Amino acid sequence: MSDETFFISGVFCLSLLIFLVPGQIKYYLSLAILALVVVVTSYLSLNQIFEKTAVQATTELNIFPPDGLKLIIDRLSAFFIIVVNITTLTGLLYAKGYLRPYYKVKNDIHMSVHYFSYLLLYFSMLLVVMLRDGIPFLIFWEIMAVASFLLVIFDAEDRSILKSGIGYLVQMHIGMFFILAAFLIVEKKTGIMSFDGLKNYFAYNPDTFLFLLFFIGFGIKAGFISLHTWLPEAHPAAPSHVSGVMSGVMIKMGIYGIIRVLLYVQDDLLTIGLIVLAVSLFSGLFGVMMAIVQHDIKRLLAYHSIENIGIIGIGIGLGVIGLAVNNQVLAVLGFTGGLLHVLNHSLFKSLLFFSAGSVYQATHTRNIEQLGGLMKRMPWSAALFLTGSLAICGLPPFNGFISEYLIYIGMFKSLPLSDLYISLLLISAIIGLSLIGGLAIFCFTKAFGVTFLGEPRSAKAGEARETGMDMIIPQLIPVLFIVLIGIASTFFVRPLISVISDAFAIAAVPQSISASVSSLNAISLSAGVFVLISAALLFYRYLHLKNKKVVYGPTWGCGYRACTPRQQYTSTSFAYNYLHIAKPLIPTTKVMPEITEEEIFPEKRSFESHSEDVFRKAVADKPVEWMWKMLKKLAVMQTGRIQDYILYAFIFIIIALILTYLKVI
Amino acid sequence: MIVAGLLSVILSALFLPGIILRTKSIASGRKGPGIFQPYRDIAVLLKKDSVFSKTTGPLFRMAPAVSLATVICASFFIPLSRYGALFSFDGDFIFFSYILASGKFFSIIAALDTGSSFEGMGANREAFFSMLIEPAFFILMSTFIMATGSTSFKEIYENFTVTGNHIVIIFSIIGVLVLLQIALIETSRVPVDDPKTHLELTMIHEVMILDNCGFDKALIHISTYLKMAIYGLLIFNVTVPYNLGIIQQSAFLVLTQVLFAVTIGLVESFRARNKMNKNPKYILTVSAVAWIAFAIILIMTK
Repeated sequence: MSDETFFISGVFCLSLLIFLVPGQIKYYLSLAILALVVVVTSYLSLNQIFEKTAVQATTELNIFPPDGLKLIIDRLSAFFIIVVNITTLTGLLYAKGYLRPYYKVKNDIHMSVHYFSYLLLYFSMLLVVMLRDGIPFLIFWEIMAVASFLLVIFDAEDRSILKSGIGYLVQMHIGMFFILAAFLIVEKKTGIMSFDGLKNYFAYNPDTFLFLLFFIGFGIKAGFISLHTWLPEAHPAAPSHVSGVMSGVMIKMGIYGIIRVLLYVQDDLLTIGLIVLAVSLFSGLFGVMMAIVQHDIKRLLAYHSIENIGIIGIGIGLGVIGLAVNNQVLAVLGFTGGLLHVLNHSLFKSLLFFSAGSVYQATHTRNIEQLGGLMKRMPWSAALFLTGSLAICGLPPFNGFISEYLIYIGMFKSLPLSDLYISLLLISAIIGLSLIGGLAIFCFTKAFGVTFLGEPRSAKAGEARETGMDMIIPQLIPVLFIVLIGIASTFFVRPLISVISDAFAIAAVPQSISASVSSLNAISLSAGVFVLISAALLFYRYLHLKNKKVVYGPTWGCGYRACTPRQQYTSTSFAYNYLHIAKPLIPTTKVMPEITEEEIFPEKRSFESHSEDVFRKAVADKPVEWMWKMLKKLAVMQTGRIQDYILYAFIFIIIALILTYLKVI
Repeated sequence: MIVAGLLSVILSALFLPGIILRTKSIASGRKGPGIFQPYRDIAVLLKKDSVFSKTTGPLFRMAPAVSLATVICASFFIPLSRYGALFSFDGDFIFFSYILASGKFFSIIAALDTGSSFEGMGANREAFFSMLIEPAFFILMSTFIMATGSTSFKEIYENFTVTGNHIVIIFSIIGVLVLLQIALIETSRVPVDDPKTHLELTMIHEVMILDNCGFDKALIHISTYLKMAIYGLLIFNVTVPYNLGIIQQSAFLVLTQVLFAVTIGLVESFRARNKMNKNPKYILTVSAVAWIAFAIILIMTK
């Protein structure tokens, strides 16, 4: 038995042990297994990225040779392995504190299944990025879906959570069938059912159709708009460490799949790039537009994942267009920006989900209309959420800025070099990206402001207490990377460029790209100067105020002395004027009983408003409704009398006989 | 001479608010205060003690200083004609725009920190309108990049007027128009906002800082003045040819800045403020104008 076979079998057997050990030990066992795998795979991946100098060299692992699994790590896989490792490890560390209250209400099996599924999700994600053969890939793709389904329905006592979980499972399978269909077409044409078979396929067949099949299949996992309907349901339903991992890394497996397929595409690059860019721009804009009108903090973050998938997609789409028109600056910077945003988003989105989870644990509500004033009660969680918010808005000196900068500069540099058609594409992407940036600021000032600032809007928020240190310290891991990427970006961007040039076989990286990379140093410097100026001003402020009298009083209320927390701006009022212009895309329904003429003294009444996701309605709700109707009509046949069923069987046999006689079947 | 840009920003910031004030008082037939009145006000503010709302936390205390730091940092990127900026690199205008956005982020959440419905409203409007203005700047920069083939403030302005192309006047005009509008919106002047209305509900910037006083308020005013100067310098750079001598450059600098301030003052004296719900349309028009410039450059070069 070879080393790698022994290692993988050992890890799987150890994971089964989780079911046998009692209580808290389950946690430590799964943490130990996870840490072991993280160390081994990180070593292999870092080695792959930094040590291997030969072009397109790979690390190969053979499990149960010669017919078993063949795991291949190239630089692209290595990058995704590292992304998966960081967030999954942080998630499990965070889970220790988050799951503590659940030990009282859940039985042993329940916890075991949870930890085991977590490990299974992690292993399947690793294997998905390492496997190249169709069947094993699909098997682990499926295991990934099932494991995450089990994680989502952790709180299945609540029926609505079970419902969203099942919705999630159904949609994952629709996605899988698209990928399966695509693989089957490749197998039919080339006889090889693997990613490598794509090379032969694309050489002799039109590319766009097959790519679209893959794009829809992987896009459902990634959550591009109109394929996204599972995302805003499943993320709020899942426990926070799971939402962090799902949103941070699991949806990136879709991105991985898309990039992997793109590596083999040879013609029609312009059409494909255009499709990816258009869908991504729309995802980015619509995702953040929907995020603004949400009240459920985790649903808001889920819609924001769609926005960030859009930004990643914009990078990838531009990269493909760059390849198509042989503009290497655009290709390299687009892909690098997109990939860096994969890493960045996995960091700040998991951080945001974790700190939102802390808020949920402290207040037992996810509705931000009931929160407020948490900064004083939960200063750590507030600071962590603020860091995540600044990073996700792409503001310097944090990491989100770096990836957006790379995408921007790729576009700006290509503008003077491109023809009319490409220039128009570029300018629409520039407008889209800048609008997304503005909308993201709008969204996160709202989310952070309403949740953490002002006065508490309910007793729940007023009684909140900071979570334990064991939940805060794990969140410092993403913060560390967020700051590191923000201020020392070249250390991360250079290897990424090598990942991209290796994957897409771009032999000579153009000169002007090294210029852009060296301007990253200037960005680090400017960011550092900004931090220094802020620190100096704050220090001066401190000195200045030391000699002054400082008095504390109530907030100015325009002479009105009985201000209550209910008069504060809420999430709804913050989004009001925005909703006014977003009306065509985000229909809002208001429910309010009219005041009749006879009612001289109006009675107590309530007012509700809901913003709808038009795509959810069109893609998920309408077809399901239609199917219900059809199935109900078919239910006429279900009479419940045995005679009828025998008659059906009889009719079936006769039809079969006739068809055989006529040689139809 | 790389500090030339920064120096001129500081100098403009010293005079611009005073000139606006003088213009307004002359236009309305008042005697009015002197040109340095804004800075006398700041001196008074610096002497004052502070009152803080009990609702507010550390973010509220930090925000004015951080916002000012972002504006100072942004002013490092502003070149003065051929005398480069303190910092200049590929895509520095992206950093410029995003660092200013960071400052806005902080001032918005600081306003929400007070828990007052007034300041919540101001925060909302600031976030909303700055979101709408975001694309205009990027479209304008795209136009300049198309025209010059360079991707940093310094190089763009270096190549702006020496292309030997008389069409450049179109971009100067549209550039001035768009930058002027952006400046008006970003520094909260009429017609989108009104710096003088203290008890109207239709204001943006002033309502956000109702609870700031003393030192913090002084910082906020300084940031606004600096921001105005930054946009003044950007306007100077798109109008004045790059290869003039230093004397002419200085003369033009004074001229453009005074004109800039007088324009703002006159607009404020003779134009009514927009209705708040008309503002989105007004702001989007600025993007549309920038878009026209881009369309022209597309037709010309492609």
